[in-house]
Amino acid sequence: MTFSPELEKRFADLLTHYPEGRQKAALIPMLMYGQDEVGSVSPELMAEVAKRLSIKVIEVEEVLGYYSMLHRKPMGKFHIQVCTNVACMLVGGTELYDHACKKLGLTHLETQKGGNFSLEEVECIGACSWAPAIQVNYDFHHHVTPEKLDTILAGCK
Amino acid sequence: MSKLYNEPSPLEVKVVSKRFGLENSASIETYLATEGYLALKKAIGMTQEQIIDEVKASSLRGRGGAGFPTGMKWGFVPRQLDKPKYIVVNADESEPGTCKDRLLIEFDPHSLIEGILIGALAVGAEKGWVYIRGEYRYLIDIMDKAIAEAYARGFLGKNIAGSNLSFDLYTQTGAGAYECGEESALLESLEGKRGIPRIRPPFPAVSGAFQCPTILNNVETFCAVPPIIRDGGKAFADLGIPKAGGTRLVCIAGHVMKPGVYEVPLGFPMMKFINEVAGGLRPGRKLKAVIPGGSSCPILRGDECDLNMDYDSLAKAKSMLGSGGMVIMDDTTDMVKVALRIMRFYAHESCGWCIPCREGTTWLRKMLQRVTDGQGMTRDIDLIGDLAKNMLGRTFCPLGDAAALPTISIVEKFRDEFEAYVAKNPLAKNELVTVG
Repeated sequence: MTFSPELEKRFADLLTHYPEGRQKAALIPMLMYGQDEVGSVSPELMAEVAKRLSIKVIEVEEVLGYYSMLHRKPMGKFHIQVCTNVACMLVGGTELYDHACKKLGLTHLETQKGGNFSLEEVECIGACSWAPAIQVNYDFHHHVTPEKLDTILAGCK
Repeated sequence: MSKLYNEPSPLEVKVVSKRFGLENSASIETYLATEGYLALKKAIGMTQEQIIDEVKASSLRGRGGAGFPTGMKWGFVPRQLDKPKYIVVNADESEPGTCKDRLLIEFDPHSLIEGILIGALAVGAEKGWVYIRGEYRYLIDIMDKAIAEAYARGFLGKNIAGSNLSFDLYTQTGAGAYECGEESALLESLEGKRGIPRIRPPFPAVSGAFQCPTILNNVETFCAVPPIIRDGGKAFADLGIPKAGGTRLVCIAGHVMKPGVYEVPLGFPMMKFINEVAGGLRPGRKLKAVIPGGSSCPILRGDECDLNMDYDSLAKAKSMLGSGGMVIMDDTTDMVKVALRIMRFYAHESCGWCIPCREGTTWLRKMLQRVTDGQGMTRDIDLIGDLAKNMLGRTFCPLGDAAALPTISIVEKFRDEFEAYVAKNPLAKNELVTVG
């Protein structure tokens, strides 16, 4: 499997971060940064990471099954994550999520045909004082109203 | 001027947040121009005991939630042990209601680096990792940039600031797991495994990252260290109250006019904070309930909030100061729905290792959902409280307690709302019937 030179450099750097013999510690960052480039934690990515860290694929599976940001299937080009946890819920997070469902025709962890948008109802993303908040991929948007969400979605091109 | 998330309040006492909003506040130039790395230079001239004693004198307590005295924690590291020592920073901020560490890294990453380096001097550590939750990708970029600047200026790497200290610092990304904010689960995750808690003892001070002695503290705790060393532990302690020194960041969210992150001294009156710092409730509304420090804390009724925000006062009110994530609820709030939403969170985030937590959170979620759907039975109300009480103290890590405590308090303090929901079910009072 080939990666971009930037990702190769990142992987090479990561392997120097840990004590000798404990390079498995690079597993989660490699899957995260790998997923960003490949689109998902595909079987090929899993095999490649396992090979580079000299670990078994089952050890990659163990981790993949645990962390909610690692996905086996590609999410949309724009992954819309709406927080409905208590701080967001009190100021309209639930209504915002319902609005996003209707607007995109999706529910939790679904991806549109064509792969432009996907939707996820997420737990607290650490934007409680500026709620309700969403993340589009890694970008935060604060004080989001249904109208503002429409504008954000329209800008996702 | 860097863009702030909320207007500061004149009642704040700014120590860890003093650089928020400065031009290019995250850059090393700004940091050096504002007393940056002076504390490190002072600490280089001190012995390990002197540094630890100064931190003890500050009565700084961990800002991540548990509130353990920081100096004592550092003192537990067996410094003579012939093993490398490490520093791990918990930036896996995921406690609902909490959004403070995010600002510290965004606006002042070098104060975190300086705090880490002083910790490294205190215990003789050689390497460290800043474990940042995966959602905070932009902070990983900011932190990486700050680390590169520190290497370029000789504040990381070999012979730091001309001393014998050599230290390497890295960022590590999480991948979406609340449980990894718990110290031992974080260490497992750092080692490339599922974030499952370890049994203690041994505590991380003796056997932490890669089974070596490790100091593990919250971002804000490390950021408080440079001012403590620079101005003396006593000066910091005097800002707060006896047994809880200094200031802390409080994130306030929910039904207030000016939600935001504010820095106030320990022991600041809670009602004054809500009404004067955070602008009070929306017009015509009454205070119904407060989550004082993240959703893991037992909830306070509006009439119980006439207290000071410090560890002992909150403990007296049978709650906790927690991580500083305050959520304010006014009289429009449906407490049953709040209890359900909190439990949905814990059921989702339970790592599944300890059965009382894994099964308990899931069953509590189901029962709370049933009550919310108008299908609850009268006996469900007691059952929810009983089940939650049976989770207390029966798990490896505090997640089980964190799920049970708010639930128990909501059921006890707002029982009438549960009864009103149950009354919607015509069969609510039916006895259990065994068919067959």
